[in-house]
This record gives sequence, structure tokens and C-alpha cells, in this order.
Amino acid sequence: MTSRRRPADRLVRSYVVTDGRAHPTRNTLDLVTLLIATDDLPLTGLNPEKRRLMELCRPGALSVAEVAGHLSLPVGVAKVLIADLMDSGHIVTRAPIPAARPTDARILQEVLDGLRARL
Amino acid sequence: MDSAPASDDVYLRPSVQTAVKLLIVGHFAVGKTTFVGTLSEIRPLRTEEVMTEAGALVDDLAGMRDKTTTTVALDFGRLTLNDRLVLYLFGTPGQQRFTRLWQDMTQGALGALVLADTRRLSQSFEVMGVLEEHGLPYAVALNQFPGAAGHQLDEVREALDLLPETPLVRCDARDRVSSTRALISLVEYLLNRTGHLEHA
Ligand SMILES: Nc1nc2c(ncn2[C@@H]2O[C@H](COP(=O)(O)OP(=O)(O)OP(=O)(O)O)[C@@H](O)[C@H]2O)c(=O)[nH]1
Ligand SMILES: [Mg+2]
Repeated sequence: MTSRRRPADRLVRSYVVTDGRAHPTRNTLDLVTLLIATDDLPLTGLNPEKRRLMELCRPGALSVAEVAGHLSLPVGVAKVLIADLMDSGHIVTRAPIPAARPTDARILQEVLDGLRARL
Repeated sequence: MDSAPASDDVYLRPSVQTAVKLLIVGHFAVGKTTFVGTLSEIRPLRTEEVMTEAGALVDDLAGMRDKTTTTVALDFGRLTLNDRLVLYLFGTPGQQRFTRLWQDMTQGALGALVLADTRRLSQSFEVMGVLEEHGLPYAVALNQFPGAAGHQLDEVREALDLLPETPLVRCDARDRVSSTRALISLVEYLLNRTGHLEHA
């Protein structure tokens, strides 16, 4: 998981895998946005990093942060790839987009109950 | 690394609909990684953001090769709370200069747990300042290290200059029950605050 390559090498690699872009095509992606791979689109034409991402995501849902962690990619780079795969229809996010409002008492109560149940 | 994780529980349950996040923050070596690892149901993961020395997220990768950059590690773990809801914990270093990273981290977060060490209380000020700047509510948990004097909580509260309503608890980041209790204190506080906000 922890790369021994130096940051400079990773930057060069990041530059390559994103075709030189640092900004995702959409900015709705949060670290905890949940991603689901659609399984009816072929992976032909995807670069190796996107293919790896699709292979990771096909068995089940993961968050943006987990995808970045499993693929050893910086979050920013993972977001660029994910946004492209959303544009091409390979990835969908689970609706509603999980931007729980911090003041949402119902969510907080559910979190509290879930934590208490673990004691 | 091996990209295809072996175990099935790497993935979320198909029924999960909502994900929320809490931040576990604090100064160097205060126990953030330990805390996340103690509570996570998955092997904790690490990812990083590449930052310039000036503290901006790298946003022009092409021009970056000659500039001085640094990487900031995020440790995170996951707790499935019920069939629909999953909680992610992100352990984040507290340096003020990583402004863009803080914007990303605090965006959508429910709140933060500040881990503190009674031997180095003053080192917690920076991270508490950052949270206040971003308007993210927090509780403080004193991680118990050997050799730390048995301070009274009210002394610590005063030393940290906490608001009267800010929860202050003791915890052992290596212990699951103790760490869960610290999170519970935080979430009870967050819930109370919403009540106050609604009635305000
Ligand atoms: N005695 C004791 N030791 C702890 C506790 N929590 C963490 N430690 C130890 O303190 C050291 C630092 O803990 P980490 O979890 O790596 O701290 P961190 O905040 O992630 O550190 P950085 O990421 O380097 O800032 C490790 O050796 C832990 O085993 C605790 O509650 N009690
Ligand atoms: Mg750490």
C-alpha cells in the first residue's frame, strides 16, 4: 500500500494516468461519495489505471477514499479518473449524494445508535 | 501493491445508502493512526494528497516537477453502523498551512475528535484553531500515554481554553471500547448542538 517511490516519480505517473489533468470534470465528488461500477460497459479503450479502477470496483461499492487507498493513488488523481469514468457511464454514484448536512439530527441519531450498539 | 483486495468485507454491504465522515485530528504522534486502526472494520487504508510547500493542493501537475512538494497522509477506516449507513474516520495531521486539504476534509464532515496528549497540550492549539476557522464542531479526547501526570480534567479544560460545552474525555486509542466511547461523546455533543440550533 505504501509506495516506496519518491513523490517526484509519483507526480510523473499521476501526470501520465490523468492525461496531464489535475481537475476532475465534476466537483461533486467527496471523499465518502460511494461508487458503483456498472457492469454492462466494455473496458476496451480505457487506460490501464482506469481499467484497474473498474476491476477494483466491480465486485461491490466503495468510497472515493477507499478507491484511492486501494490503488495507491493521491485523492486528487483518483477523482480525475473517477470523474472520467462517470462521464463515460462506467461508474455511478449512489444517490442521494451523501453530503449529509452536519445539522441533520436524524443522521446524527443514527450514528449515535450505531456506535452505542458496538459497546 | 496488490490491487484486488482478498477479503469480501473490503466492499460495502449492497444495502448501504449513506456515508458520513468524522475527522480524527491532532498533532504529531498523538495516536490518530492508532485510533482509526482500533475502530476500523477494514484494514486501515492510507492515501495522500500532494501539496506544494506553500500549502496549496497541486493543481497543475505538469508544472510541478521543479517545485518543492510534500505529501500529506490521510489514514482512514470504516465502520458499518447499520444496513444503510456507514461511517468513515479520517485521521489527519493538524498543520494549518494545508488550507486546501482542510477545506476538502471538513467539507461534509459531521465533526472532529481532537486527540490530545497531556504532556504536550500546547501542541493542540493549532489544530483546534483550524477547526474553529472552518466552523467544524469538535470534542477533545485525552489519549493516555505512560508517564503523563494524572491531570484533573478541569485543569486540562482550562489549559486548553475550551468552551464550557466542548466535551473533554479520556481515552486509550488502543482500546476499542474506550475509543468508541470517545466518539459517542462527540456525536452526543453534535446532536445536542442541532437541538440548540433548532431552538435558537
Ligand atoms: N500508551 C499509549 N500509547 C499510544 C496510544 N495511542 C497511540 N500510542 C502510541 O503512540 C505512538 C504514535 O501513535 P500513532 O497512532 O502513530 O500517532 P499519529 O497521531 O498517527 O502519528 P503521526 O501520524 O505521525 O502524526 C505509537 O507508538 C502508538 O503505539 C495510547 O492511547 N496509549
Ligand atoms: Mg499517523
